[in-house]
Amino acid sequence: MPHPTPHKHGREEPLVQLTGLTCGYEGRVALSDVTLTIMPGDFLGLLGPSGSGKTTLLRSILGVVDVYQGQVLVEGISPEKRRPRAGYVPQLETIDWSFPVTVQEAVMMGHTMSNPFLPWHRRSDVRVAAEIMDRLGIGHLAQRHISELSGGQQQRVFLARALVSSPRLLLLDEPTAGVDIKTRDDVMHLLHDLNHQGVAIVMTTHEINAVAAHLPSVVCLNTRVLAAGPPEEVFTPEILKLTYGADMPVIHHDGLTLVAERPHLRARNARRGPLHDPDTSGHAEDHRA
Amino acid sequence: MLEPFQYEFFVRGLLAATMAGGLCGLIGVYVVLRRMAYIGHGLSHAVFGGAVVSYVMSLNFFVGASIWGFLSALLITLTTRKRTIGADAAIGIITTASFALGIALISRYKTFTRSFDAALFGNILGVSTGDLVAIAFVTVAAIIVVIVGYKLFLFTAFDADVARVYGVPTAWVEAAFSLILAATIVVSMQVLGVTLIAAAIVIPPISARLLTDSFKRMILLSTGIGAFCGLGGIYISYFIDVSSGATVVLFSAALFVLALVYNSVKGKLPAAKARRPLGKASGLRDK
Repeated sequence: MPHPTPHKHGREEPLVQLTGLTCGYEGRVALSDVTLTIMPGDFLGLLGPSGSGKTTLLRSILGVVDVYQGQVLVEGISPEKRRPRAGYVPQLETIDWSFPVTVQEAVMMGHTMSNPFLPWHRRSDVRVAAEIMDRLGIGHLAQRHISELSGGQQQRVFLARALVSSPRLLLLDEPTAGVDIKTRDDVMHLLHDLNHQGVAIVMTTHEINAVAAHLPSVVCLNTRVLAAGPPEEVFTPEILKLTYGADMPVIHHDGLTLVAERPHLRARNARRGPLHDPDTSGHAEDHRA
Repeated sequence: MLEPFQYEFFVRGLLAATMAGGLCGLIGVYVVLRRMAYIGHGLSHAVFGGAVVSYVMSLNFFVGASIWGFLSALLITLTTRKRTIGADAAIGIITTASFALGIALISRYKTFTRSFDAALFGNILGVSTGDLVAIAFVTVAAIIVVIVGYKLFLFTAFDADVARVYGVPTAWVEAAFSLILAATIVVSMQVLGVTLIAAAIVIPPISARLLTDSFKRMILLSTGIGAFCGLGGIYISYFIDVSSGATVVLFSAALFVLALVYNSVKGKLPAAKARRPLGKASGLRDK
């Protein structure tokens, strides 16, 4: 797994600016007072327990949550006024795998709004999609049904759908959830490659050591931002306890940061009476899923 | 064999049933893929209430029932989006209350019981030229909407939530869908009957799904199967003297069994192998 250095920020305009953002769904606050800046070329991991507002943060950038306070600006404009040029990859488990679409049909959905009222696609759109599918190594699967693929290939289908509109920003909801270790590394390599080609990436993850520790920067969330920065600075026992409500020792060794995840501790704490149970602190993601 | 074709009422009924069957098959694809099979069932009952109300208020049947049906459909699609309420329960209330209103009005004003027998169970003898024109109009309109909105409808049916993120005006797509669905039910009522429309909406697309993995082919197949069932059902009903709606539905159920057998023999069950245990794997991680 490569460990890319964070991109140097020149005098570029920020890609995304969240300022004092409080947002949620149907009157229920899922995230409060979030201030966060994403620059072109950033690669950011969002960490936090279930229901901590990770997905909500992604969706706020896309302009599909209710904003109660503060503001969201994507390239200087509110995403509700102008749809941001961002690609979105949902969690694989939200996909209806029995739906009758082929790989190509699924990827071409990314072109829907480039030409919405014609039943066929422009030739140039088809070509772009074919190039991206080839680049992601799923070109030969174009006519297969989406359920006939492996986990990594399925992830690539929806990555391709997000990439056909050549976005500057890619938002991914748990791209490594539910896949095996090799697929996870493949997906992360692919994302690093895209990032090196200049695409800013924001992804949510549950995997601290395998994924988040290898990212240039991470944000710890639990309905608000608890810490943001490079993982070696953010991963401290204090911040992790605030985020997950569990004791998680941090080991620094040979330039590596390792977090000891001890889920059994949480269970023992729960029996004694939880100090802070993250599962009850908000259900924005459950509500959506 | 050609004997029934000398009767004008039969030819009219045959045309009406073929178009209504195809129309229900076409719209049914979206109903089935969005897992809203119950909506067709509920909506046809709701439309029945609208039909009676428009009769009592001496409004035009098509206009009154369509407006009523459209509002119910809109209400239902809006309720299904809210996950906090039990959507199926809410739909049950909306549609059965509407149906009950129809029944209540009928029992209060006993004058028109006979024509509503046709509305409940379908009566091919009752198809007038006006009905035929209405069915043709809605069929053409539905085909145009499905062609023009092909990509929008596909993305919305596949994943409405993500479609919205990609800029698809899902609220408009849903409204258009509700309108076409309500119109379909209103014009098909005379041929198929309120109680049997649901089957005409669900059976053709499910049979088509068993035969193909492609969305485009599923639409074409489902429309074809629906039209064929309308045609075949009415033709058979002439000889065996059974209610038209019931014959059409029994005929399509038989075709469904054939599709199921074909699918099992071919050994490819797309629906069965499709759900990979992805949810389970990531669900464990949350524990």
